[in-house]
Amino acid sequence: MSATDERASYVGAPVKRREDRSLLTGRGTFVDNMAPAGTLAMVVVRSPYASARVAGISADEAREADGVVAVFTAADLREDWKAAMPCAWPVTEEMKNPPHYPLTDTPRYQGDGVAVVIAESRAQAKDAAELVEVDYEPGEAIVDVAKALEDGATLVHDDLGTNECYVWRLDTDATGQTLEDADVVVTRRYVQPRLIPNAIEPRGMLAVPGPLGDMTLYSATQVPHILRVLVAATLGMHETKLRVVAPDVGGGFGSKLDVYAEELLAVALAARLGRPVKWIEERSENYVSTIHGRDFVTEYTLAATKDGTITHCRAKVIAAMGAYLQLVTPGIPLLGAWIYAGPYAIPNYSVEFRGVFTNTTPTDAYRGAGRPEATYVIERTIDALADELGMDRIELRRKNLISDFPFTLASGLTIDSGDYHASLDRLLEVLDLDGIRSDQARRRENGDVKQLGVGFSTYNEMCGLAPSRILGAIRYAAGGWDQATIRCLPTGSVQVITGTSPHGQSHETAWAQIVADQLGCDIDAVEVLHGDTSISSIGMDTYGSRSLPVGGVALWHAGEKIIEKARQIVAHQWEVSTDDLEFRDGTFSVKGSPDKETTLAAVSFGAWAAHDLPDGMEPTLEATAVYDPPNFSWPAGAHAAVVEVDTETGDARLVRYVAVDDVGAVVNPVIVDGQVHGGITQGISTALYEEAVYDEDGNMLTANLMSYLVPSAAELPSYELERTESRSPTNPLGVKGVGETGTIAAAPAVIGAVVDALSHLGVKDIQMPATPERVWRAIEEAQA
Amino acid sequence: MRTIALTVNGTRHELELEPRELLVYVLRERLGLTGTNVGCDTSSCGSCTVLVDGASAKACTLLGVQVDGAEITTIEGLAANGELHPVQQAFHDHHALQCGFCTPGMVMAAVSLIEHGEATSDDAIREGLEGNLCRCTGYHNIVVAVREAAATAGRAS
Repeated sequence: MSATDERASYVGAPVKRREDRSLLTGRGTFVDNMAPAGTLAMVVVRSPYASARVAGISADEAREADGVVAVFTAADLREDWKAAMPCAWPVTEEMKNPPHYPLTDTPRYQGDGVAVVIAESRAQAKDAAELVEVDYEPGEAIVDVAKALEDGATLVHDDLGTNECYVWRLDTDATGQTLEDADVVVTRRYVQPRLIPNAIEPRGMLAVPGPLGDMTLYSATQVPHILRVLVAATLGMHETKLRVVAPDVGGGFGSKLDVYAEELLAVALAARLGRPVKWIEERSENYVSTIHGRDFVTEYTLAATKDGTITHCRAKVIAAMGAYLQLVTPGIPLLGAWIYAGPYAIPNYSVEFRGVFTNTTPTDAYRGAGRPEATYVIERTIDALADELGMDRIELRRKNLISDFPFTLASGLTIDSGDYHASLDRLLEVLDLDGIRSDQARRRENGDVKQLGVGFSTYNEMCGLAPSRILGAIRYAAGGWDQATIRCLPTGSVQVITGTSPHGQSHETAWAQIVADQLGCDIDAVEVLHGDTSISSIGMDTYGSRSLPVGGVALWHAGEKIIEKARQIVAHQWEVSTDDLEFRDGTFSVKGSPDKETTLAAVSFGAWAAHDLPDGMEPTLEATAVYDPPNFSWPAGAHAAVVEVDTETGDARLVRYVAVDDVGAVVNPVIVDGQVHGGITQGISTALYEEAVYDEDGNMLTANLMSYLVPSAAELPSYELERTESRSPTNPLGVKGVGETGTIAAAPAVIGAVVDALSHLGVKDIQMPATPERVWRAIEEAQA
Repeated sequence: MRTIALTVNGTRHELELEPRELLVYVLRERLGLTGTNVGCDTSSCGSCTVLVDGASAKACTLLGVQVDGAEITTIEGLAANGELHPVQQAFHDHHALQCGFCTPGMVMAAVSLIEHGEATSDDAIREGLEGNLCRCTGYHNIVVAVREAAATAGRAS
């Protein structure tokens, strides 16, 4: 570390967010707030059928309608696309990837776009879209992932001859003993509901053509850099002619980590028409046109000796792809592929994923992406194994938790650090398990209507995407590095340019904390710029809890380069060796003679004036670093949920939720807590509330926020958060990812608690989401 | 078209509106007050919450022509003389916003709740904000902020 340790530190302090003021006063720059002169509105005409052939489209009436500038069908735009919509993760060589274009005449899911209307105003475009007459010939649809694999199943894509997209396996056999020969073998089957991410800002974009064949795309995206590369490639544009800007973005949770049809359409049509084109998604439209998450069916097996030593884990996963592969659709299961043993030392390991096409909206990354699915089946099955062994659930966990770090998993990756027992110990200190158990016993004895249960989740996860070599080895198309630039301006101000792209994660504040500490300057002197490819031309953006452990660490390396260059300048000017110089609190001095000193700001001015620099040194004080992490990031922790279940109505309510997380060194505790709060909430919501439901014909039944429950404050408790800290030795900041931990951890704790509340009635499992109806039926069935 | 007059953040406007125009689009597109956001099309999310004659209302549930003569306060009208309103300040102090998209509506709903004396407990705050969805914060810090702002308002009155 730089020698800044004695100064009051910004890192670790609850610095208040600089992002807040504009957002709190209604001056956010969300895409729909922009309206350059002459902006046209785009509306997409979507297939109401999950599978159909478009026999004809009559758009004459729409073209004549007030304000309409143009109507385009799939045929009209076929020449605009130089490539199909991109999928960056062909997980196997044989993987099937049916080409998909922004408009189609063979829709394969409800919501697939068949035409687009461009008009002077949004209302005119919507009115005209109603006038586009599409002659559909509906076909058979298939929506159930398991049925889609049966012989003779309806095919999503006839020409593929199968609905199977790929099979991917990872097997190790360390002990030579087969799973079936173990003392105790427990196998359970779990359905992970399909989820709708529901960022509160729907997607939106605005393409603005420039005078020189250039184009600016403003998009509510998590990935402006990736978007630029792939929009340019798909449209055959020079990348230099495309600027992508992510302005204020209203949440993403993975759903804005993609290249969408509307982004390609907006750019293509703005170029054709020579006017800005804006598309703003409506919420109900979002439910079919933005990616979904989860939708796995998993059979999970744990095998153990009689004393509770777990010897084998095996996961057989069927994962819904939806109708087509979006940016990283097939890779989502793989993001959990190495952690199906959870935080436990299990020597024999087997994972199999089968990707399956169905006539549904494509799936892709949703908060946790592959890891909540893994944690859920592990933690639920640990509970089942404890019951089978007649062991306490905590005791079984303790017995098998990894306790020495670094630890190389049977799956092959190495966890760099952790203290899993410390998190569990802290959880139990806070929880008062004895008190909960006696309350539970009293209610059971009294036969209370409202029963109490407690559930646990000891989890770990891998995030901080990701070491580029590993990504290459698992066939992901891009790298996992990130870039940062620090530019010291002559007046002492410091510009920070990051390749990460925040949409709620507070990088402007946290990155300023890191740089102000490292360079020893006032935090207000540091400006953080992001999300505009004309300013930050290179970056890998924000997803997979990567921003701090990759982008933040890149920033630190850039800061070291700044200090090193400044040190050379000072050594030259003072005619001393660089080794004789100390740098502390933004000030250089000669070791042992503290009277002579100069500030980094003064050096910055000198580097800009360039009157007295070492021979051959370039003027100005600026440095760029690109950091490729050598390992994934490995947060972990222990969570507990306490749930009250009304046995008459089936209503399950969180009474308490306690989380102990180890996310390494913490840059800003308030921001970290906020990430954990939000993450836990999405996990709780998965357990109790959320499920996207299609009927057999592929009609989305949970078609909007009226029928898909995104919880409000009224459904949720306040949370009790605690932290343990094992710094990551992988990076100089000691940091780990945090954005997804809560979502990865929470669902099994909540379901475990619901089941625990009803275990005395004979209930052994409840499928997510544990709605009142499901809970009530589980009680009825157990009592029958 | 119908002509209406309304006062928004203290400024009176006369507007000719199509009868079908929603208040939220009147604010955003006619008056350029884009702080009030649109997050859904079913009046579920509350991102568009404003004060209509002092009471919180979802601006997507009202037609522009319905508010003829009304006094409306939007998020842009809350801070005065460069000073954040106590609810805005409490949201800042307690990290009650992340992406900030639901925030204008959430703040307006909280202002109304406090002004009507209904933010009397955490449970009351949670019930009172039931019509406003946030996907980032899990509401934990929003409840803290509203509790603190209500306590401040209680001390002031």
